[in-house]
Amino acid sequence: MTPELEELYQEVILDHSRRPRNFGDLPNAAVRVHGDNPACGDEIHLGVKFGTGGELQDIKFTGHGCAISQASASLMTAKLKGKSRAEAMEMLRAFHDLVTDEMAEAPKMLGDLGVMQGVRKFPQRVKCAMLAWRAVEQALQQSAGQATISTETEFVTS
Amino acid sequence: MHQVASIDWKAIREDFPILREQAHGHPLIYFDSAATSQKPRAVLDALRNYYEHENANVHRGLHELSSRATEAYEKSRQRVASYLNAPNANEIVFTRGTTESINLVAQAWGAKFLRDGDVVLLTEMEHHSNLVPWQLLAERTGAHLRFVPVCDDGTLALDRLSSLLTPEVKLFAFTHVSNSLGTINPVRELCEKARAVGALTLVDAAQSAGHMPIDVRELDCDFLAFSGHKMCGPTGIGALYGRAEILDSMPPWHGGGEMIVSVTLEKSAFKKAPHRFEAGTPNIAGAIGLAAAIDYIERIGRSAIFEHDAQLAGYAIERLAELSAHPHDLTTFADQYGLAMRGGHHCNQPLMRRFGLPGTTRASFYFYNTKEEIDRMIEILHAAARFFS
Repeated sequence: MTPELEELYQEVILDHSRRPRNFGDLPNAAVRVHGDNPACGDEIHLGVKFGTGGELQDIKFTGHGCAISQASASLMTAKLKGKSRAEAMEMLRAFHDLVTDEMAEAPKMLGDLGVMQGVRKFPQRVKCAMLAWRAVEQALQQSAGQATISTETEFVTS
Repeated sequence: MHQVASIDWKAIREDFPILREQAHGHPLIYFDSAATSQKPRAVLDALRNYYEHENANVHRGLHELSSRATEAYEKSRQRVASYLNAPNANEIVFTRGTTESINLVAQAWGAKFLRDGDVVLLTEMEHHSNLVPWQLLAERTGAHLRFVPVCDDGTLALDRLSSLLTPEVKLFAFTHVSNSLGTINPVRELCEKARAVGALTLVDAAQSAGHMPIDVRELDCDFLAFSGHKMCGPTGIGALYGRAEILDSMPPWHGGGEMIVSVTLEKSAFKKAPHRFEAGTPNIAGAIGLAAAIDYIERIGRSAIFEHDAQLAGYAIERLAELSAHPHDLTTFADQYGLAMRGGHHCNQPLMRRFGLPGTTRASFYFYNTKEEIDRMIEILHAAARFFS
């Protein structure tokens, strides 16, 4: 096993990809986002329910994809539950830095999401790691209803 | 042409400098030739020789170098024609590759001959390059697209052809060899059936041109498109074969130098095919490199190459067991061991959907690959299967 592979596919990641947490439909979701990574064929259906204070009271996902995208979604939902919108947005930015910036240190607030750091050595896999986060970003922006996002948004025409 | 057994396939590897490369500290195993093939030294030398001894613009200079460049460029056209057994070199248009060849037909032929209500027949297994240009054309002209379905075994549903090939079908465009499934379509039979209803035919030969004999007279197609880079040639060069009378009936698609007879400020008169379709300074070096690639391939022999590739594929299929890993994870894993494969949808999104797949990992072979490389691939795949299980 090469060190790069060991870092990319840490045991925690393989565990989350095999047994994703918060996997399933959220019946009373306020927002449903369908996220699509056409380059890989990965798909995520994310449901978010907001609490009275606007916090992310519950969050669940279904879909399919590679180990990285599944683990990322699983870890993300576990981490974001109960967080305020501002906290969630801050984590989104920190997570993006973590998987793209060679110099970024994993900030404390990301906790066990730090295991995703190995992705930065595989630029082709960043979209896999970001798919769930792009979906939650959309959910936070619209608060209610349904939406579809794509990791290739810049190339999609009407 | 040689017998497959009498060829020293290992020695052929020496013709490809890149096969000595390492990837992530391991000897490179290049199993992505369906995406682009590697280039033999003969092609690299031809490019270098052109730039060192012949480089000038074509068809216009009145000096020695321009004559050499023009001669080399037009000789390359003849070489492509003889490779495809086309009756005339004027039936070969140089393009950037298969994609541009298909777009040329869609734009130049389609704009003139396709009307609201006409139909372009395609198949469900087309590469995006033989699908998207027709979608754009349909949008512009009001023509409709129809598709021959793909059966569960990866072949075309030929029993559906008679109901799909109605008189409204003006063109039937289909791939010779599927880039995802490896299916070899019965081109001659498809062309014959299309002709019976008065439809023209376009064959996407991107995956076949460097891998098996192609004879456009025997196939009896109207257009055939291929790329140089998938058959040992440089990137950025390919060709479109088109029957002379059809090419000459088509209006130009790009305007500029090289393609005109005379120009006034108001209007222009255009050359006949193929120059009508080659506006601007062409990819002269690319055409010369392509001719060198054809010479190289023909020295080995396309039948021998086909047989060798088929033997490798058969051996690999025999040794492959079912693996449960996502194509993306598998491809990343393999790459770390120097094994270059393609993971994803292979520009075949509708086909992936048809089979309910998020994508696949594709190992594609060419004549410079070996059984030993396949053995190594099997080892790596087993390790991946254990890792991701």
